[in-house]
Amino acid sequence: MSYEVKLEIFEGPMDLLLHLIRKNEVDIFDIPIATITDQYLAYMDMMKALNMDLAGDFLLMAATLMHIKSKMLLPDIGDQEEEEDPRLEITRPLLEYMQIKELAHDLSEREVLGRDVFSRMPSEELSTLAKGENAPVEANLFQLIDAFKRIIDQRLPEAQLRFRLEEWSINEKIEQIAAMLKEKQTMYFQELFPRTMDLSELVVTFLALLELVHRGAVKIFQADLESDILLNAIPDKRRSLEP
Amino acid sequence: MTGNLHQIVEALLFACDHPLSPREINDLLPDYSIQDIRGALDELALEYRDMGRSFSLKEVASGYQFRTKPDFAPYILRMYKASPTRLSGAALETLAIIAYKQPILRQEIEILRGVDVGGILRALLERGLIRIVGRKNLPGRPFVYGTTKKFLEVFDLTDLNSLPKLREIKDLVSDGEAPITTLQVPTGAADATEKQIPNRTTPQGPKD
Repeated sequence: MSYEVKLEIFEGPMDLLLHLIRKNEVDIFDIPIATITDQYLAYMDMMKALNMDLAGDFLLMAATLMHIKSKMLLPDIGDQEEEEDPRLEITRPLLEYMQIKELAHDLSEREVLGRDVFSRMPSEELSTLAKGENAPVEANLFQLIDAFKRIIDQRLPEAQLRFRLEEWSINEKIEQIAAMLKEKQTMYFQELFPRTMDLSELVVTFLALLELVHRGAVKIFQADLESDILLNAIPDKRRSLEP
Repeated sequence: MTGNLHQIVEALLFACDHPLSPREINDLLPDYSIQDIRGALDELALEYRDMGRSFSLKEVASGYQFRTKPDFAPYILRMYKASPTRLSGAALETLAIIAYKQPILRQEIEILRGVDVGGILRALLERGLIRIVGRKNLPGRPFVYGTTKKFLEVFDLTDLNSLPKLREIKDLVSDGEAPITTLQVPTGAADATEKQIPNRTTPQGPKD
């Protein structure tokens, strides 16, 4: 079994670079590019060893760093007009990134609604919030796919070959699911897939659900990986369930 | 109907589930002038401040709303058996970029943050903190993002102009004897021209 680790602090290459600059206590306007590049690459190796997901962004930054490093190694011919310090390519975005981090910090220091301050709420919202600890966690696409896979797996052993004249289009299914949800507001994922449903209809139903989630008309929740997925119609009037 | 303007406005604010703007109140009370309504709102805000209550009348998102004071957050969360609303650092950074540089493309955000922001954008859209404000006339007609009124509400902002000011670079860098003048870092808030975002993928070397 393999584990994937997500190291929140170095969520991106910029974060890592900033960390290295701070750790080495170097001047951002005079980055010792060779040292930083080496450390950056060492860190990438470590992440690989830890089986962490190395996004392409990290590789892109590594390439940029090495490019700058090689430029710095080139002898200065000195005949051309005032050459720009190659490191500016990295300094500029870093400075902007620092500004952004600062802004994000400023935002989080404010009196945030739902964290520091509370307003009177419509009773509907109150009741969802009051569900509290048992409140389901929003599920993602992969959880949905897993759940669908389970349904398919469960069903295959007793699958029968049969032909039906009924062909469902995704749009019809969308309307059907939307109508069901409009009535019930919440329902379980499994309810959409009765055991009698044939494979093609299962697939169309699933695609229709994905489309509804994509449109923002349905929210999917799952308390934990084992539990059943819950579908919630979004009460927002602006995003109606109508196709 | 009875009651003076002061009390009527107070009642409306008390029962309302969103920040109520002077304009909205005026629509409900056409017999009063908007100046009178503004005056009543200001008076009420001062009154509640001076009363030393656990909540105050705050001006947010161009409206007024009763909000509890931060000291009481733990008790309210206990009542709801909820943990405080949290946004990850990545989400906050993305939100900050959008707030200051809107209207902005996903690609421009990614250049600034150096990582893919697709998932974060979706989450922020879902929470209603950002919205798609249009499409840009570029290949693929990409979406353009901006913040919503809810963003103002959540972050206790009257409007976008009341966003915290961008800090000068020299304040961010501890030893500020740097050649800042040679760097073109945008300093104006809410500046949205893409020209100001340096393109990291095209080295601006001299050999071109």
